Amino acid sequence: MENFNLALVDWSRAQFALTALYHWIFVPLTLGTSFIIAIMETIYVKTGNEIWKKITKFWMTLFGINFAIGVATGIILEFEFGTNWSNYSWFVGDIFGAPLAIEGIMAFFMESTFIAIMFFGWDKVSKKFHLAATWLTAIGSNLSALWILTANAWMQNPVGMHFNPDTARNEMVNFWDVLFSPTAVNKFLHTITSAYTYSALFVIGVSAWFLIKNRNVILAKRSMVVASTFGLLASLFMLITGDESARQVFRTQPMKLAAMEGLYRGESNAPLVAFGLFRDEPTPQNPKAKEWILDIKIPNMLSYLAALDPNAFIPGVHDLVHGNKEHGIESYYDRIKRGKIAIKALADYKAAKKEGDDDKAYESLKLFKANYKDFGYGYYDDPHDLIPNVPLTFYSFHTMVGLGVLFILVFLLSMYYSVKDKITAKKWLLWVALLSIPLGFLAQEAGWMVAEFGRQPWVVQDYMPTLTAVSNINTTSVIITFWLFAVTFTVLLIAEVKIMLNQIKNFNEDDGGH
Amino acid sequence: MFENLSYLALQEYWWAIVSLLGAFLVFLLFVQGGQTLLYTLGKNEKEVSVLANSIGRKWEFTFTTLVTFGGAAFASFPLFYSTSFGGAYWVWMLILFAFIVQAVSYEYRSKADNWLGTKTYDMFLYANGLLGTILLGTAVATFFTGSQFHVDELHRSYWDSPFKGLELAFNFGRYQTYINLSLGLGVFFLSRVLAILYFMNNIEEENIISRARKKLVPNAVLFLVFFLFFLINILVIEGFNYDPITKAVNMESFKYLHNLLAMPSVLILMLLGVIMVLWGIFRAITAFEKCGSKAIWFTGLGTVFTVFSLFLIAGYNHTAFYPSVSDLQSSLTIENASSSKYTLVAMSYVSLMVPFVLAYIWYAWKALNKKKLSVNELEKDGHAY
Ligand code: HDD
Ligand code: HEM
Ligand code: HEM
Repeated sequence: MENFNLALVDWSRAQFALTALYHWIFVPLTLGTSFIIAIMETIYVKTGNEIWKKITKFWMTLFGINFAIGVATGIILEFEFGTNWSNYSWFVGDIFGAPLAIEGIMAFFMESTFIAIMFFGWDKVSKKFHLAATWLTAIGSNLSALWILTANAWMQNPVGMHFNPDTARNEMVNFWDVLFSPTAVNKFLHTITSAYTYSALFVIGVSAWFLIKNRNVILAKRSMVVASTFGLLASLFMLITGDESARQVFRTQPMKLAAMEGLYRGESNAPLVAFGLFRDEPTPQNPKAKEWILDIKIPNMLSYLAALDPNAFIPGVHDLVHGNKEHGIESYYDRIKRGKIAIKALADYKAAKKEGDDDKAYESLKLFKANYKDFGYGYYDDPHDLIPNVPLTFYSFHTMVGLGVLFILVFLLSMYYSVKDKITAKKWLLWVALLSIPLGFLAQEAGWMVAEFGRQPWVVQDYMPTLTAVSNINTTSVIITFWLFAVTFTVLLIAEVKIMLNQIKNFNEDDGGH
Repeated sequence: MFENLSYLALQEYWWAIVSLLGAFLVFLLFVQGGQTLLYTLGKNEKEVSVLANSIGRKWEFTFTTLVTFGGAAFASFPLFYSTSFGGAYWVWMLILFAFIVQAVSYEYRSKADNWLGTKTYDMFLYANGLLGTILLGTAVATFFTGSQFHVDELHRSYWDSPFKGLELAFNFGRYQTYINLSLGLGVFFLSRVLAILYFMNNIEEENIISRARKKLVPNAVLFLVFFLFFLINILVIEGFNYDPITKAVNMESFKYLHNLLAMPSVLILMLLGVIMVLWGIFRAITAFEKCGSKAIWFTGLGTVFTVFSLFLIAGYNHTAFYPSVSDLQSSLTIENASSSKYTLVAMSYVSLMVPFVLAYIWYAWKALNKKKLSVNELEKDGHAY
């Protein structure tokens, strides 16, 4: 193992995690409220009823406040690939850079152009043009999600490329494979539907607060109808796509799935842990420790969910590390060996090329190619370094799923009672709706923790571990920027929340509005 | 169609696109320039607010252009992206911080209960205007003056200065630092000139415009001093040439001058650009009543032409566009830093969208700019910064 600066790796990871988690506070709201606003404005244009214009404008103001800080936190992420993950940027830039560039050309310009019309064009352009601008803003922001998520999906399940030993990087051979990989499709659909869900919760929650305070009743009730319908549809799709995502994870990242379910020993007819608390962290060395203090299991369900077959074998952490002959699973020990062969063969190839020894170069290349699929494993000696944080992944996953089911109920009830116009009497439901705003946020962040912590230590699954991805800079610089970001973003977040609360508190549907 | 182009032609095409984005970015920095003039041109709250709203409706374009410039550089020249961003860490981080605080400032500056107070957000805007322009200009100058880094066999890059990019602006013992800074300051004053011309076009408030006219001359003079210092220097310094066959990099006297002479169309573009920049400024000063409000178009387009041509002589005609002074052979060229042919082809198809993007931006701006901005106008408008 080469000498890696683990402190540098950890601080770089912490910085990326911090900035990404902050960005994700605001982005899902943008993705969903933009559509909710577009629907509201459509109703306004169709009916000509001024109250709908007021409603549209109210949510638009909140949208704008959120959007600004979303942009502020986004720019840093894009450049961080270069500043903090520069080796990664070269190793995969040929594939990974493209979606980012397309995002800029296709999505961000669209968003920023039409958002200007949305905010400043009310009296300057026709109603229809304005409505089109509102829809285009929503489409633009969702297109940006498409491209960035394609990039992310590619890291989780790298396809459509081959490794070029002369440039020492992965090169794209099929753009469509990258764009339409099942991981990318699922990731996009699940992420945007979860964002719609969260946005609907936000609109419902704020409306519930108005109803609790008995203010802006018309706005609140109407917003509730729109948002709960939108949210119900979105959350059902979210459930379907989330389920499909889990299957995808099973196929391409079995270790992540094992961590999500806290499964140490693989099983056929594996049960699904619907709810569980770890006793003490069972280690692969000590898998016999009783795993759960408390658990509720649904028999066969995990096998069925992951493989659509109740008898299917689901490998656990232990099976992946030590291999399982019976089920044809290679051990991490073997993969590490092969990874080391690949790394050495690449070095030999390079050296032979330099010396002009074509035969040796050819042989080394052949050896390299035969072992490339385990390339990343070669950087490790101990397979236990290849296990993600199981409890964290497990709890995050279960938090997300549990909340997802709860939200579906919230939407069902709030839709039912608002359509029946009995919502104001259901005080408890209003409180649940209000509390769902922070819960929605929690589910969002938990989802990304599953996706990103669960794939550790890989930055590109099986090919590039996090430790070889970092820039060659000094740890102190990263520590300083980490804290600068932590402070700056926190200050901006507080300002955002205060402004937003102020707008909500002082809104009065009987005034001219804001 | 793009499949039939040679690898080199694709690399040149993408260098042109990145250069064009860079050129537009410099023009759009008028937003940043304007941010440093809010309190110079506005003497009361209302005037400041008119100024902020005038540029505030454009800030996102500058921002998005910067983001897209980064994305396009990543996709087409990933080795540049990894070397420069990962190496000159502090320069880029400072630039990014300057843009982070800008992004919220317009939206939050005048909202109730904004916690930090309007003055703080306006200070953020000022910092963005000052640092953003100077540092971006300084960073671009290193395309001509070089940085200290090397790249290993596996194309991993290492920055050779412990100051992680700050040395480019603060190592006063090296002559090139002055060249770097002169472009940085040149861009700063240019952005203020452009902002003044933009305000003349966009705002209808006697007091503001008359103050702006007074500020035009000193800013234009300072811009010229710094820009000419930079231009003359790069035309006479040794440049980074590489052999088209062996790809070995070597120093060549008057390299950039040679490049201009070797590519007459670029030379013409540059001259045209410089003349247009000056003509716009000149007309705004001497014939303000007649055509002052059109000056921004001349100076703006001239800026695009000039910067575009500067980028082209940095990368075309076998020149290393991101030179290393600590390990000459590590210098980046459009050939050794680019993406694979397949990716460049795929991206080239995407680039066909650019004209449409420009078209709708144009259309939307026209729709929004129908009326000039004034205190009255602003009070009528629903959404104001
Ligand atoms: C409101 C938020 C929210 C809710 C309630 C859910 N999800 Fe989710 N989930 C996300 C928000 C999210 C997310 C933030 O959008 C993630 C993170 C990465 C991604 O692709 O989407 C995610 C990831 C994610 C992953 C990991 C994908 C990967 O690692 O690539 C799986 C397997 C699921 N989800 C499954 C589900 C299931 C079965 C749910 C049941 C209802 C569910 N999610 C509800
Ligand atoms: C906005 C939603 C996202 C969140 C909340 C998020 C969260 C995280 C977290 C928590 C980490 C640290 C994991 C660790 O080091 O243990 C991380 C790392 C990383 N993520 Fe994400 N992520 C998001 C989206 C993305 C996307 C869209 C991409 C790529 C396009 C991406 C690329 C990376 C990279 C390169 C790292 C650093 C390497 C690593 O630690 O694996 N992330 N992210
Ligand atoms: C970690 C990888 C990510 C990077 C590099 C990134 C980059 C950026 C950048 C540069 C901006 C500012 C764009 C502008 O100029 O308007 C931005 C904003 C935005 N990003 Fe991200 N982003 C990341 C994660 C995500 C994810 C995962 C999504 C969606 C699923 C997303 C969706 C958006 C949207 C909709 C905006 C518009 C502003 C906002 O919504 O607040 N981003 N992002």
